[in-house]
Amino acid sequence: MTATAKRGPVFWIVFAAVTLLIAGGVSYLASSSPDGLDSATLMGCEVVETDGAEELTGSCIAQHATDHAMATSPLADYSIAGADGTGGLAGIIGVLVTVLVAGGAFWVIARTRSNRDIGA
Amino acid sequence: MSSTIVPPEGLSFVAMHMSDGIVNAPTSLLFAVVAIAALGVCAWKARDELDERTVPLAGLVAAFVFAVQMVNFPILPGVSGHLLGGALAAILVGPYTGALCVAIVLVVQSLLFADGGVTALGTNITNMSVIGVAAGYTAAVLLYRLARRNGGVPVPALGVIAFVSAVIGTVCAAMGFVLEYAIGGAATASLGTVAAYMFGTHVLIGIGEGVITALTVMAVARARPDLVYLLRTNRAAAAVAA
Repeated sequence: MTATAKRGPVFWIVFAAVTLLIAGGVSYLASSSPDGLDSATLMGCEVVETDGAEELTGSCIAQHATDHAMATSPLADYSIAGADGTGGLAGIIGVLVTVLVAGGAFWVIARTRSNRDIGA
Repeated sequence: MSSTIVPPEGLSFVAMHMSDGIVNAPTSLLFAVVAIAALGVCAWKARDELDERTVPLAGLVAAFVFAVQMVNFPILPGVSGHLLGGALAAILVGPYTGALCVAIVLVVQSLLFADGGVTALGTNITNMSVIGVAAGYTAAVLLYRLARRNGGVPVPALGVIAFVSAVIGTVCAAMGFVLEYAIGGAATASLGTVAAYMFGTHVLIGIGEGVITALTVMAVARARPDLVYLLRTNRAAAAVAA
């Protein structure tokens, strides 16, 4: 992960900063409407809010959706333990986890090449 | 018809991708096998794409896709879309590494953020990582070859290539869902209706995806053209021939 580019670190710093800014800041501007896929699964249903809980009336694909197995994850639904306004921090954690998992996986894959030394 | 109504993910918060239960268990299993096989091939082939420069870039691209996927943008009243990232990742780091980038994002989202069902990982990876990358990158390579035949490829032309590839990748990924729904969907809505709706919304989402992909690829191409995988396809072709 720390392999340094010959042309200096500016590109990497800017890329990382933009990524963190999007996850930690711009994400607050995200539309909360269901996306194209979600809205397809909601076709035929109406979302009825009762006591803050949402229920589906009618008949649609989404009624067959089951609760998420990881719904109790502390980061579930892009929040820290469900707290309001923590989406940005959850996003930053997600960015860090993703870069570590992906960077680690790619480093291992690159190392399996016998005929090349990767900056170990 | 089921009498218990279970609120799906994604009504009141940021969420996307297929939930568990949208397609039946055999279909989920089938596409889990497809996804695992495809990712195995990708991991094998990615060895030829990854070197000391592309390992950190690929890690960052995965993180970037994760970040941008959080930002749903409106496409119709009450309907949003978000980046899938297949064409973006593939153009920057290569198709096999790019598919792994998107797959890793989907796994992190599902296991850590409860976004996209765990049993739906196979279908989600097949659609966004495998189909999205295959279609998007194939389009990008064909368009890039065409552009090169007509002379050099300036950065704005690369942006156009990235845009069109992203639209194609997004629409094809959406058709992956339609295929899975056809095979094992909870058949509430007619296949034709679902297909038409998914196509229409994902053309619009694809335009947003295209703009983000074009801006990102152009920015990287201006700063570090040596890092853009698509621009290195001559070298890659030589490596394959060797």
